[in-house]
Amino acid sequence: MSDLNSLTIAQARDALRKGETTAADLTEACLLAIDSAGALNAFVHHTPDMARQMAQAADARIRAGDAAAMTGIPVGIKDVFCVRGVPSQAASRILQGFRPEYESTVTQNLWNAGAVMLGKLNQDEFAMGSANESSCYGPAVNPWKVDDRQLTPGGSSGGSAAAVAADLCLAATGTDTGGSIRQPAAFTGIVGLKPTYGRVSRWGVIAYASSLDQAGPMTKTVRDAAIMLGAMASVDPQDSTSADHPVPDYEAALTGDIRGKRIGIPREYRVDGMPAEIDALWHQGAGMLRDAGAEIVEISLPHTKYALPAYYVIAPAEASSNLARYDGVRYGHRARLGQGDGITEMYEKTRAEGFGPEVQRRVMIGTYVLSAGFYDAYYNRARKVRALIKRDFDHAFADGIDAILAPTTPSAAFGLGSVDSSDPVQMYLNDVFTVTLNLAGLPGISVPVGQDRQGLPLGLQLFGKPFEEGDLLNHALVLERAAGFVAKPDRWW
Amino acid sequence: MSITEDQARKVAHLARIAVDDAALPALSRELNGILHFMEQLNEVDVSGVEPMTGVIPMRLRRREDVVTTGEMADKILSNAPDAREGFFAVPKVVE
Repeated sequence: MSDLNSLTIAQARDALRKGETTAADLTEACLLAIDSAGALNAFVHHTPDMARQMAQAADARIRAGDAAAMTGIPVGIKDVFCVRGVPSQAASRILQGFRPEYESTVTQNLWNAGAVMLGKLNQDEFAMGSANESSCYGPAVNPWKVDDRQLTPGGSSGGSAAAVAADLCLAATGTDTGGSIRQPAAFTGIVGLKPTYGRVSRWGVIAYASSLDQAGPMTKTVRDAAIMLGAMASVDPQDSTSADHPVPDYEAALTGDIRGKRIGIPREYRVDGMPAEIDALWHQGAGMLRDAGAEIVEISLPHTKYALPAYYVIAPAEASSNLARYDGVRYGHRARLGQGDGITEMYEKTRAEGFGPEVQRRVMIGTYVLSAGFYDAYYNRARKVRALIKRDFDHAFADGIDAILAPTTPSAAFGLGSVDSSDPVQMYLNDVFTVTLNLAGLPGISVPVGQDRQGLPLGLQLFGKPFEEGDLLNHALVLERAAGFVAKPDRWW
Repeated sequence: MSITEDQARKVAHLARIAVDDAALPALSRELNGILHFMEQLNEVDVSGVEPMTGVIPMRLRRREDVVTTGEMADKILSNAPDAREGFFAVPKVVE
């Protein structure tokens, strides 16, 4: 069997069980692929020794007949997850040198299932960004390329997306606060699932905006997303917002039958200036679901337009509070102090040196909208608008809609450095189709459906009902099969 | 509403981020751009709407009020930039 690193989780699992390959061989294939993919800047901390040990343990487990679905599957972990003893710095200088003494629940669940840790993956600093440009490691690069330009793999889970698309690992973890799993998945032609808020524990995931953050799988196929979500999700007493629902068998929900389901097409997502290609793709996607026996219904989500400004109040407000812990005292970077500098100067210099420009901006915006006199005008108003956005979805589902179909992004992947950095709002507009879901706490999945005229991948996303990831994945499977997206980036790295 | 350079300085201080005076004009311009974008929220009729506190309706779980962990000062201090004799060390706070 050649190119073990290009297998899907399901293919590798079946091959492992039949004894056609070993976890050790799968792991070596990935380590080799990673070593020759430095140009993608996807893996930022390598853990080959750990990978080989875990692969050995997985092979022993498989031989003993005690294998779970993820046993022996080599994965990459976004830098935002704490992994005991491994640098975990959310791509920020301020966490330089931080090696957690504890393990995130998500990674612990994956290791318990027998998955193999290949290393830490690039991302935007503290998951704040849509192009992976705000990383202290420099940007990850999209393996898709159509001319001389280097393209963004999207953000914030850009390293995860690049690594999966380039077959450096079988799958990767991501986190999604405003679209950070789905947008990079769409930009790289892979599948990205953001679960319902509370489905996956946030324990040990370096916090950005706690009421929005949710971890999920980034995979080559919908089936793999089902398998990996099953391993990542749990009911966790360590996270007070972890939902008290048992984790079902998501793969068993993949029947491929969506006859009689009602798919909503939200008219408010047809925004001004949307490229014709994206609109056409959306129509095609709706046609695919209709051909599979679903009913396509136009719906209205009237407050969609206000999701982006509400998000850019709420997320920075929560970030300003969460990131207050980086004070140069407990972990990471501390600035060199001058003669006579006291503790305030230590905080201010440490944070000025440790946080990049986008993080500083969001912390300051958050500080401003929470400050006396502006709290009601900005923060409370945004939380009220958030309630209305959620209500829009509640109404749609109460009217009998089973899933909602929309584009994932307003464009294909763009050139690194091509968005004017002096106008941060231009970058924020990337999240226009994705943030609504985080504000409403709902599950969503991006599926690669086509390519633009240059040949770059484009994705569509499906939104589902809370805690109905199985049903959502089943819709996604139908879309994936009908779209038949099999294109891979030509190797240039 | 718009942010003057003085207000930008004040926000930076509240956020405990050192900003050079020379950087204040660009900072206030960026912050104003973002705040202007947020002002769309004023178009929405929010009368009678409660601000959302939790997106998934759930009661905060409770647990037994017992000690579940502790006795790990070394681990907690292991990542500190400066730790001495079992404590975090910081510059002098009281004159």
